[in-house]
Amino acid sequence: MADPQHDPQHAVELRNVVKRFGAFTAVHAMDLNVERGSFVTFVGPSGCGKTTTLRMIAGLEDATDGDIRIKGQRVNDVPIHKRNLGIVFQNYALFPHKTIYENVAFGLKYRAVDRETARKKVREALQLVQLPHLEERVPKQLSGGQQQRIALARAIVIEPDVLLLDEPLSALDANLREEMRVELKRIQRELGISTIFVTHDQSEALAMSDKVVVMSEGWIEQEGTPEQVYNQPASEFVANFLGISNIFSGQVQAVSGGIARLGLDDGPELLGHPRDGRAARQGERVRLAVRAEKVFLSESAPSDDPAAVVLDGKVTAVDYQGQAARYFVEAGPLTLQAINPIDRRPFHEGQPVKLRIRAQDVVLLDADAHQSAAAKAAAE
Amino acid sequence: MTVRGPTGWTFIKIATVLTYVFMFAPVAVVMLLAFNASQFGSFPMTGLSVRWFVELAQNDAIIRAFQTSMILGALTAVISTSIGVCASLAMVRYDFPGKNLLNTALIAPILVPEVVLAVSLLLFLQFLSMPKNFVLLLLGHVIFTLPFVVLVVQARLVGIRKEYEEAALSLGANPFQTFFQVTLPLLMPAVAAGMLFAFTISFDDITGTLFWKPPGVETVPTQIFAMLRNSISPEINALGTVMIILTVALPLTGAGLARWLASRRGG
Ligand SMILES: Nc1ncnc2c1ncn2[C@@H]1O[C@H](COP(=O)(O)OP(=O)(O)OP(=O)(O)O)[C@@H](O)[C@H]1O
Ligand SMILES: [Mg+2]
Repeated sequence: MADPQHDPQHAVELRNVVKRFGAFTAVHAMDLNVERGSFVTFVGPSGCGKTTTLRMIAGLEDATDGDIRIKGQRVNDVPIHKRNLGIVFQNYALFPHKTIYENVAFGLKYRAVDRETARKKVREALQLVQLPHLEERVPKQLSGGQQQRIALARAIVIEPDVLLLDEPLSALDANLREEMRVELKRIQRELGISTIFVTHDQSEALAMSDKVVVMSEGWIEQEGTPEQVYNQPASEFVANFLGISNIFSGQVQAVSGGIARLGLDDGPELLGHPRDGRAARQGERVRLAVRAEKVFLSESAPSDDPAAVVLDGKVTAVDYQGQAARYFVEAGPLTLQAINPIDRRPFHEGQPVKLRIRAQDVVLLDADAHQSAAAKAAAE
Repeated sequence: MTVRGPTGWTFIKIATVLTYVFMFAPVAVVMLLAFNASQFGSFPMTGLSVRWFVELAQNDAIIRAFQTSMILGALTAVISTSIGVCASLAMVRYDFPGKNLLNTALIAPILVPEVVLAVSLLLFLQFLSMPKNFVLLLLGHVIFTLPFVVLVVQARLVGIRKEYEEAALSLGANPFQTFFQVTLPLLMPAVAAGMLFAFTISFDDITGTLFWKPPGVETVPTQIFAMLRNSISPEINALGTVMIILTVALPLTGAGLARWLASRRGG
């Protein structure tokens, strides 16, 4: 019981949580804290274990190993109906045989709430999701967006310790999704409810979260603020999963004044800026990433900047996207992608250009978490 | 004018019509003769009358048989459906060793000829050296109707997404409350259909019943069977008519009711 590590300030704590289905490990030794009142998003490709992790927290799936804590209390052996969680499912899962009012009031039946208070709470919840006038309808008389709002009202009316959402927006069409995203964020802020949100849509993850947890093959690749995971990807996987990145291999040639000189394999040199907590040693072989929108193209040589490298290149293909364009550029042996806003008119195919890459935009990567873990396991 | 020979389709149509005529003509004749005024079933009918129905209502043996059938049918329906719903839940919602075997065992009674089932249950009883009694008869009917209930309920249960139950659990309902608040209401059309099936099948079963019934107890079908051995009374036509109406009208009413309920509550 007395565990020095656990902190009741965390809404959810995972310690070394493992989930195996037979011989297959869906979630590997997962450690995670969800701070109270924060919005945490699990993002990753299909099959990476997002849903499985969420279901273990919910109590819909047993953890094979490890500890799951909610508000500091170990819940591994607490059945779902005693965990006080709000869950919103991808397909809403509103009870089709009950009215909207009955749906929202459902959870209050199993709590010491008298009839009058229940009525008041349901009204407030419906007000919060901006659908106060549908009480007497049944779910099939509602649109998808409305059903999703009711599902949210049903989950929050019980004042859960944690709100769990598994791809709640993916069944909605694009416009509605945008609108619901804003709405959901507003409600979460207003209530200050600790929330775990699962998605495989990176823009959703970046737009909504206090903390993004990027997962791959059952491992956490990186966790951090949206800004951290986007601008300082820890591994090649993260760099490629969020947005478009140029990835190179090279060697650290010298480090001075916090800036590393990096020699790309049979290519030019770049200047790099080791990420916080990631020191670069001279002679070390590294992988590096440069975001496509951080490769700046120009017709003439830009002003001299000691912390940037300028390469000569040629546009080989243009992907016009309206206010911006994606260019494929050849620079010596390298092929890069660059996404630049369009100033007057886009560069055209075959046009010679200068590429400017700033040291602060060159990120030194670690090996992918799932790969290094596998290598470690093999070495043991 | 061109005369076309009967094509394949018209041949099939004729065959179908004939099949139905052969199947239903006797039934129609029985129902018609039930209203015949004269003692002897022959055409043309001498007049219309309901005297055979009146006599039916005054025949103690038939009334008793009717009561037995109703009680037996109702008990079979309730027991069979209860067991069937539990079994289906276990089959569809949970994983356990020997699941396939149990599933086959539950369905087996409709694959085995009824006579074989009847005799084996009887032999089993003898092996336990127990006398034939009403409980055995009931047991036989339950075993015999269970597969129908299980098939109907399982089919519906597969279609009910697990998320409904998971949502109820997450909101604080325990597994029992979840079952009665969510699963059972959503399962209701199948439960009602299963009950009707069980009742109707029990109500007009004769093969098994002949083996299992204790001496002196008659159900409507065995009563008709007994009456036929003595003489062909027009009362039998009337009784047959009553049975036909019951076994046809009951499921139809049930189906209608289920549809009406579904349309009201959005099942
Ligand atoms: N009940 C189960 N039995 C066996 N394997 C399972 C089971 N549930 C999930 N898995 C496996 O575990 C892995 C993780 O599944 P999970 O549903 O958590 O993925 P996900 O990240 O939610 O993916 P998606 O984005 O497609 O929803 C997958 O490879 C899946 O096949
Ligand atoms: Mg999933």
